Amino acid sequence: MLLEVKNLSKSFGGIKAVRDVSIGIDEGSISAIIGPNGAGKTTFFNLLTGIYKPDTGEINFGGRSLIGLRPDQVNAAGVTRTFQSIRLFSNMTVLENVMVGMHSRLDVSVWKTLLRPPGFRRQEEHVREKARELLQFAGLAGKGDEVSRNLPYGDQRRVEIARALASDPKLILLDEPTAGMNPNESADAMTLFRRVRDDLGITVVLIEHDMRVVMGISEHISVLDYGEKLAEGTPEAIRNNTRVVEAYLGRRALADTALDEEETAS
Amino acid sequence: MALNSSVPNQPAASRSSFRNWIMQPRIAGTLIVAYIALTVLVLIILDRRTVLFPLWSTFAFPPFILSPFVILASPLSNRAKAILIGLMVLVVMPIIGIYDGAYLELSIQIAIFAGLALGLNIVVGFAGLLDLGYIAFFAVGAYTWAMVSSTNTATVFVVAGLIAPAWAFYLFIFVGIAFAALVGVLLGLPVLRLRGDYLAIVTLGFGEMIRVLARNLDKPANFTNGAQGLSGVLRPPLPGFWVGFTDSIAKSLNIPVANVEPVAQQLLFYFIAIVLLGIIVVVARRLDDSPIGRAWTAIREDEVAAIAMGVPLVRMKLLAFASGAAFAGAIGVLYAAKQTFVSPESFSLIQSISILAMVIVGGLGGIRGVILGAMIVTLLNLQILKNVSLQINALRNIDYVVPLINFHIRDWPSQLEPAKYERLVFGALLVLMMIFRPEGLLPEPRRLMELRAHAEPEELARLDEPVIAAEIDPEHRNEG
Repeated sequence: MLLEVKNLSKSFGGIKAVRDVSIGIDEGSISAIIGPNGAGKTTFFNLLTGIYKPDTGEINFGGRSLIGLRPDQVNAAGVTRTFQSIRLFSNMTVLENVMVGMHSRLDVSVWKTLLRPPGFRRQEEHVREKARELLQFAGLAGKGDEVSRNLPYGDQRRVEIARALASDPKLILLDEPTAGMNPNESADAMTLFRRVRDDLGITVVLIEHDMRVVMGISEHISVLDYGEKLAEGTPEAIRNNTRVVEAYLGRRALADTALDEEETAS
Repeated sequence: MALNSSVPNQPAASRSSFRNWIMQPRIAGTLIVAYIALTVLVLIILDRRTVLFPLWSTFAFPPFILSPFVILASPLSNRAKAILIGLMVLVVMPIIGIYDGAYLELSIQIAIFAGLALGLNIVVGFAGLLDLGYIAFFAVGAYTWAMVSSTNTATVFVVAGLIAPAWAFYLFIFVGIAFAALVGVLLGLPVLRLRGDYLAIVTLGFGEMIRVLARNLDKPANFTNGAQGLSGVLRPPLPGFWVGFTDSIAKSLNIPVANVEPVAQQLLFYFIAIVLLGIIVVVARRLDDSPIGRAWTAIREDEVAAIAMGVPLVRMKLLAFASGAAFAGAIGVLYAAKQTFVSPESFSLIQSISILAMVIVGGLGGIRGVILGAMIVTLLNLQILKNVSLQINALRNIDYVVPLINFHIRDWPSQLEPAKYERLVFGALLVLMMIFRPEGLLPEPRRLMELRAHAEPEELARLDEPVIAAEIDPEHRNEG
């Protein structure tokens, strides 16, 4: 098991955002975390990546605890992420965004920066080259010199994924990566997520509202509701779990198990 | 364009052909050399003894000292630009300086402030951390050298007989760098969690603390000699060959120099300042163009995203504070030696604001812009406004009467002298600048985009992309 979360809890004031959640993620899998708005999914990601400190619980990643690590240390340990609302460095170029993503893998020495030995130049060339390859991988070839805020929305999501991949992670956490996309764009995005796992061997966990994406791509699903884990299992099991259907799909056409387009994001 | 050609459009056509003509490197090069020669000629022809000298020199010196920027804006090759600027800075300026020491003094001041502005630009422009107490690091550098080399006061160092030899000045540039960088880290540590307005207030307080410390560190042991300041600070030794060299240049160019030693001394400071400034420019450029510079930009753009992408915030912010402070420390050592006097009043809040104004007037984040800003603000403070009041005094002394309105300059109230209104004129210029050109004179492209992005009303921006507007919001609902 690559990631093992045990009894994780976090409260903000009186609100228990995440309550006693335990989730295991297998290496090389694609998993989804679903749940209604306010269920604590993004908080869960923020706890994993060190942006929030958990009140109690354990996070073991590849045999080492991530508790107490700063976000940059978590990144260096091999866990990377994207954000629900895109958080690109919007006035930097696309290429520069990806280059920043490599920071934790670089030799950032002041002396080398000032004296520019051959190793420094080699590293800069390598960084540039690798960033270009990642852009190619994410389907953004030729867009490296564009300022990222000028890109269309779907491309900005791709830049965020390329930037996240730049740190050679073992695990990537995607927070609603297809939000705001039309069905065609979502389908393309799903292909990209699969390639992240299949071609790069990176374990993928995504928070998603779009059921077509969730059911279409994930091998394992965990359902959160009011900060608690409601259920977990294969897509088939989740689809047939009445508690999940009540809590999450609830008011909507309960009988319709086809989960077609109308039932996507709430 | 094709349509226009059938319509008689003579002025536009001739204008563009004029532009093509002037953009030819050979023509542009000739014009620039002619421009520099003309400004030099004007400076040399001006006679100090004429009544209108302050006025004329106000018009003559800025075009001369700004010529490096004219060269940079020209269509010449980079190599030609480098050669011309090198000649300008290393040959023409020193000769003008031997001819008239006031211009040399001004150029040294410009170099000093340009160095300070470049240091502050690292903190504010690159890393986006607003620092209103930057002058404190300058003070640390200045006091570092002044305390160990001031001979006129009974400081603990004098009492203990620990006065540094004059040549140690060069060594102490490095000590000043180290001390200032250390103080930069010490300031950085407690304020790392703060951002924007809060950070500005804390750094402002810190700047005042250093000044008050300098004023009060004369008891129980006398380190700084309190409010009286430290005088008799040692200058770097003046080598005999340097005096001879200066003398021979003056003689060969037929420049009458009454006492060659002070001129040689100033010339030495000029070259030290230029070398320091050159090193600072190279260091700033290399930091900017590196993983460190990219990390700083990322922090400025989005701290949360930066740290999640592996940028160690604490380390990078401390590095920004330390490198900005290091520049100020080196310049501070030079300043103490040049003035031979250091007192707390040189390091007031208004100086911090002044340096920040240089950075903003020139263009936050860009190296050329910041140097231009330092040049313009320093010229304004030390030359233009001062000369206007000198001119009024000169006219008063000869009892000049303005024709037609029959106004006696003698009757000009002394309360209305421009020197007394320096800050007012300075402030008014800043206000106008921020209204009409908030990005600065030579803006850095990225900064320009940031400003435009902020100027664009959020609602209007969203109307363009209704899908995003509808879908991005869930974060707030979700986070609750």
